[in-house]
Amino acid sequence: MKRDPIYGIMAEFETPTALLDAARRTYQAGYRKIDAYTPFPVEGLAEEIGFHHNAVALVVLIAGIIGASTGYLLQWYCDAYSYPLNIGGRPLNSWPSFIIITFELTILFGGISAVLGMLALNGLPMPYHPVFNVPRFALASKDRFFLIVFSSDGKYNPQQTRAFLESLQPRSIQEVPS
Amino acid sequence: MDDSRKLTVEEPPVIEPGHTFASVTEKISAIVLTRPTSNGWFVGFGIAFLVTMAMLYAIGYLFLRGVGIWGITIPIGWGFAIVNFVWWIGIGHAGTLISAILLLLRQQWRNSINRFAEAMTLFAVACAGLFPVLHLGRPWLAYWLFPYPNSMNVWPQFRSPLMWDVFAVSTYGTISLLFWFMGLIPDLGTLRDRAIHPAARIIYGMLAMGWRGSARHWHRYETAYLLMAGLATPLVLSVHTVVSFDFAVGIVPGWHTTIFPPYFVAGAIYSGFAMVLMLAIPIRKIYGLEDFITELHLQNAAKVMLATGLIVAYGYGIEAFMGWYSGDRYDAFLLWNRLHGPYHVFYYALLACNIFIPQVLWIRKLRSSPVGLFLVSFVVLVGMWLERFIIVVVSLQRDFLNSSWGMYYPTRWDWITFIGTIGMFLAAMFLFCRLLPMISIFELRTLLPQAEGKAEEAAE
Repeated sequence: MKRDPIYGIMAEFETPTALLDAARRTYQAGYRKIDAYTPFPVEGLAEEIGFHHNAVALVVLIAGIIGASTGYLLQWYCDAYSYPLNIGGRPLNSWPSFIIITFELTILFGGISAVLGMLALNGLPMPYHPVFNVPRFALASKDRFFLIVFSSDGKYNPQQTRAFLESLQPRSIQEVPS
Repeated sequence: MDDSRKLTVEEPPVIEPGHTFASVTEKISAIVLTRPTSNGWFVGFGIAFLVTMAMLYAIGYLFLRGVGIWGITIPIGWGFAIVNFVWWIGIGHAGTLISAILLLLRQQWRNSINRFAEAMTLFAVACAGLFPVLHLGRPWLAYWLFPYPNSMNVWPQFRSPLMWDVFAVSTYGTISLLFWFMGLIPDLGTLRDRAIHPAARIIYGMLAMGWRGSARHWHRYETAYLLMAGLATPLVLSVHTVVSFDFAVGIVPGWHTTIFPPYFVAGAIYSGFAMVLMLAIPIRKIYGLEDFITELHLQNAAKVMLATGLIVAYGYGIEAFMGWYSGDRYDAFLLWNRLHGPYHVFYYALLACNIFIPQVLWIRKLRSSPVGLFLVSFVVLVGMWLERFIIVVVSLQRDFLNSSWGMYYPTRWDWITFIGTIGMFLAAMFLFCRLLPMISIFELRTLLPQAEGKAEEAAE
């Protein structure tokens, strides 16, 4: 597959407010394949670029249910089925004593899935990404705010998109080589 | 949060005014990247490292000779190992409280201290985890605690609190590590982008895993972070509860009480905040971080200590009351034995360290004095260690039959192992301060007024 030599066009802003405004106007202008990069989570930014829901909570819920079932079934299988242990004449399937490990495994599975699920959905680890080809992008982890329109966007046109981004009065504009 | 600021005019700020995104980033990352390693760091780390080596020597000797080198005998089969285990795991609790519970409660001041408090948790849990394993007698068989299909055709006994403990502590260690690492990812990206040395850039780059701060990524990240906090909150309360079950489910007088779970959790947070203060006070001074770890943080930590200390005092009160009220002669004797038995000095020291001396925290002036807080925190840590000593040793020392009474004297190996874990803890803290950003840079950026201005506009 032949890749576009240009990954997108990137505009740099100095404040989160300017970026939020620019993102809103870019989305309203009809661009859909866009993204924004910030040094800290900016409230409402994901919504401005058209990203409203993420699947992390669902992943954690499913993993939590699997964890709880694993925890209980494990204890039941070990102590009531495979190797029945009579402890003080209590019932073999003595659920009150099994609650704690069931709870711990719920948390364990849920927590691991929250972190790994977040990374997987974000496509991380990713050793190479075109945005890092822009030298100024190093500031995205410090104090600058970036907006990118990907060249894969339907409305993308090298000249027009650039002109549009310039109308947003960014501090700088760069083409991102892929 | 603006309302609370209006209430007390003189309350110190969460972060000193005048900082920008760049200055915050610069100041914290410079500690890791450009600041030359001081001689003081080498001396401190060197001493901590030597103490760690002494611990490894003691552990090596333990493997060679068995637990007979410790002071444990029957009836006191749970000596220093369990005392230290409970003490260390309790210290860890403050880190999770700060990172998870205070996040859910929207306490913004947590942002400047959560990172190193979480690191403290990790290292404290690592120290704690050593002791039960060393105490096993045959530590190389520790994996028998886990349910794995084996040729002996037996399974662990899941109705035992000791098994609950295995799962609680290992889950706690895993979740603390994940939470801490997850919080580090964006900051590792910052270090990757700012590192000059190629090796540093590669190492931080690999750890950052290609984090680029995309809005979509932040969206998922914040959801995951919040969920982790929601999961870690009941977890941290459950861990010390389960630790207290190790005692409370037994029938030994002094252990068999229902007050144990809440009283253990409060004690854990009490000692944990004492350790946070003992670390924060020198760190902010040495690295010049007074702008980020302000008087507000010290004062709030002191207030948490005061509150949890009073819960602990209530626990002691109830224990003493039940000794009388239950009418059980063994419970009554336990109280007598604490007050007049061979270890009574420790009980009075415990009352002084945990209840009476910390009341000086009511004085506002002391709460804003770093030196005073450092000293009180030390007293609390000593007191909390004594508490566990009293619970473990004095309860076992004289139980139902006089013919099976005994005494416990720790040996030098007990002491070397205990002090050695303090060395290991400090060595790990020294490395952490040198190699990783000890304050969460990205969370500090969100505290700046420049970041807040935009939130209001977005809402319009």
